[in-house]
Amino acid sequence: MASNGIYDRVTIVGMGCTAFGERWDQSASDLLIDATNEAFASAGIEKEQVDAYWLGTARGYSGRALSEPLKIQYKPVTRVENMCATGSEAIRNAAYAVASGAYDLVMAVGVEKIKDYGFAGMAGILPPSDGTASTMSPPATFALLVPAYAKKFGVDEQTMKKVISRIAWKNHCNGANNPKAQYRSEVAMEKILESPRVAGAFGIFDCSGVSDGASAAVICRAEDAHRYTDKPIFIKALALAAGPGEGYASQDYDFTTFPEVVASAEDAYKQAGITNPREQISMAEVHDCFTATELVLMEDMGFSQRGEAWKDVLAGRFDSDGSQPINPDGGLKSFGHPIGASGLRMMYEMWLQLRGEAGQRQIVEPTLGLTHNLGGAPGSCVSFISIMGKE
Amino acid sequence: MAGIIRYGSYLPYFRLKRSLFGAGRGERTAASYDEDSVSMAVEAARDALRGAAVPDSLIFATTSPPYAEKLNAATICSALDLPGAIRSVELGSCSRMGLSGLLLGLDLAQGGGSTLVCAADVVVGAPGSSRESLGGDGAVAFLTGSNEDAIAILKGRACATTEVVDVWRLPEDQFVRQWEERFGADVLSPIMLDAIKRALDQAGVEPDELKTVVLDSANPRVTAAIPRALKLNKEQFANPLRDLVGRSGTANAGLLLACVLDHAVAGDLILLASAVDGCDVLLLEVTDNIDSGRPERSIERWLASKRDDLSYHNYLKWRGVMPFEPPRRPEPERPAAPASNRSEHWKMAFVGGRCQSCGDMNLPAQRVCVKCGAADQMREEPYADAIGRVATYTLDHLAYSLQPPVLAAVVDFDEGGRISCELTDVDPAQVDIGTILEMTFRRLYTGQGIHNYFWKARPKR
Repeated sequence: MASNGIYDRVTIVGMGCTAFGERWDQSASDLLIDATNEAFASAGIEKEQVDAYWLGTARGYSGRALSEPLKIQYKPVTRVENMCATGSEAIRNAAYAVASGAYDLVMAVGVEKIKDYGFAGMAGILPPSDGTASTMSPPATFALLVPAYAKKFGVDEQTMKKVISRIAWKNHCNGANNPKAQYRSEVAMEKILESPRVAGAFGIFDCSGVSDGASAAVICRAEDAHRYTDKPIFIKALALAAGPGEGYASQDYDFTTFPEVVASAEDAYKQAGITNPREQISMAEVHDCFTATELVLMEDMGFSQRGEAWKDVLAGRFDSDGSQPINPDGGLKSFGHPIGASGLRMMYEMWLQLRGEAGQRQIVEPTLGLTHNLGGAPGSCVSFISIMGKE
Repeated sequence: MAGIIRYGSYLPYFRLKRSLFGAGRGERTAASYDEDSVSMAVEAARDALRGAAVPDSLIFATTSPPYAEKLNAATICSALDLPGAIRSVELGSCSRMGLSGLLLGLDLAQGGGSTLVCAADVVVGAPGSSRESLGGDGAVAFLTGSNEDAIAILKGRACATTEVVDVWRLPEDQFVRQWEERFGADVLSPIMLDAIKRALDQAGVEPDELKTVVLDSANPRVTAAIPRALKLNKEQFANPLRDLVGRSGTANAGLLLACVLDHAVAGDLILLASAVDGCDVLLLEVTDNIDSGRPERSIERWLASKRDDLSYHNYLKWRGVMPFEPPRRPEPERPAAPASNRSEHWKMAFVGGRCQSCGDMNLPAQRVCVKCGAADQMREEPYADAIGRVATYTLDHLAYSLQPPVLAAVVDFDEGGRISCELTDVDPAQVDIGTILEMTFRRLYTGQGIHNYFWKARPKR
């Protein structure tokens, strides 16, 4: 039962990532070419050496979205989609393909071109429906966490606002040190606290950046890694959990947790042999689509005790100089969130940090890192977790 | 004998103060942005049908049909979860058709049938017109039958049909037009008087025996001369609800009757006359059953449950009179006809499924139970009258809506089951975890020419 995992059998040997942001001058094809060229160069390979590709994109269609701009010569290209966890899904499938032995060298790519839609966020492409599903906007669905968490753990409204604002403040501080981030400036706490409301307790600074971008990884089996780099990063665990949608249907769910995250964390820790994530995980890139998401994730992933994450946030535990840095690259909040690229962007930071190449924002001696990518909303989502190591 | 078995009324939550646009005293009712004549008719009919036997005919009258072609009565039928083997008839084109429909329902009752008669209107006048200020929105429903349970029986009736250009509107027009009021009054007043006299004669009733008289016309001058001609005194007149509701088109005569029935006692004789392009007159006698046949919600209760801070510009926006900046979000997709058809019981009538294996309520019904995982063990259960409570909620400034922000909530029902939906007719400041909610049938939005009807929750009215 559960997953067997591919502990240390597969490595990432090259990565690329474009700057994220409102890339009015770049098409999805441009972004893909830039990200993959950087990744090819990083692994010291030519495009022709790659045996197969996985393209993660929420809105591009089919493998042609990658094969045409790159002029890939009749190789397998698979387009994957798993909501906001799309980029991670590309890595996961690509890694399993090399682990199986079907291919030797593959590439996972993620891209999204959101800013051509002309409004805040992105147009849904849901299948025709009976029109009865909830039409809550994404920030509203995550804002449901705030009153539920506050009530369950006895945190007053003002303190809750301070806690989530501090998460935004921290991720903006981190993004300020990241030349590829969408938002590269620190934002004062007062400004965050007073920003115009979007949904419930969330102001605009509680929401991730809406951006264009692409990211790519070159993946091979561990025994081949040193052909391409001296410093590969090792996949310790890849876990994915999709929920039954119980949260919107069953009164048992209380909007203070993501059961999908708990399940995927449990699976990942088992694959990687982690027993105390609070102490063993050096750093994490997590899916801070909204500030309160990051708060709840800390508890679901075992970085904080239940009902205690808000205290850890206020104490600075997750700051870049804290004992367990979270989103040192700025996270979705500051780096931006081009849907299909985000999972790979998290991996890109892991790549830099574990190789000691993160420059100004380098964490001291990270050994194990975690990426967490979420698609959907509280009550019904998919959750991906990877654990990566430098050896 | 034919009579009215039960009745129900509906007045929307919002009121527009006439002083906001310099139209004098009082206020009018204003349908919310998610209401139309069909959704309001459903709300009135739910009260009329509660505890009653299933009717075999449905009549719907409105001058503001949501669809110009496509049976609006079918939507009402579906929302009320009435059987498919029902006759339905739709009346329109003239605001007298509400009372005409009631008379037709009573005529069908003579033949032994029972009929649900609904009348509803969203009355929109050109900005600055008396129709705008003196109109109102609302709905009423009557269940007719030959049953001995009738709360009021038909004692007399009369009709007239008149070709006259008094109040009219072309299909492509947004607002009605009216000829000089004095002309319409001179034509219709004598016709109305004659019809009333014929109905009184038929019943053998003298005007001074009437407990209450309801006079209705699209042209207010038409009724002005009637009281004097019949030597009626002031006490005999039904409260026209001018300063609280306004004239609600096809629903008006019926709503005023509902208001009379709310307080009527056995033996009361009630005369109703509506004169638009002719006239219909009904003479009713209230029976001993009146006290047990009243609906859960009286007109007074609807009147007391209101929000009167609706701005004039929001009103104009809701009615489509004033253009506005749309939300910077993708427009909602039209509901797909086959998908809507498949889930009709859920979408239209709010029928869920209870798992026969574990007893958990699934909203909507699922093939596989969300609680216990049992497959194909659902039994349909009507849930439109279920009472729920706010489990958690949020004010959504980004959702696509005619009136942002939207108050969205996760609703837990007392008898099991959970949904997430929009709240409507609500003051966000009054909502908290635990707030008691009831379901209401609404038009969520219109996408690419298709109205998307479904249910929302509202604090109990």
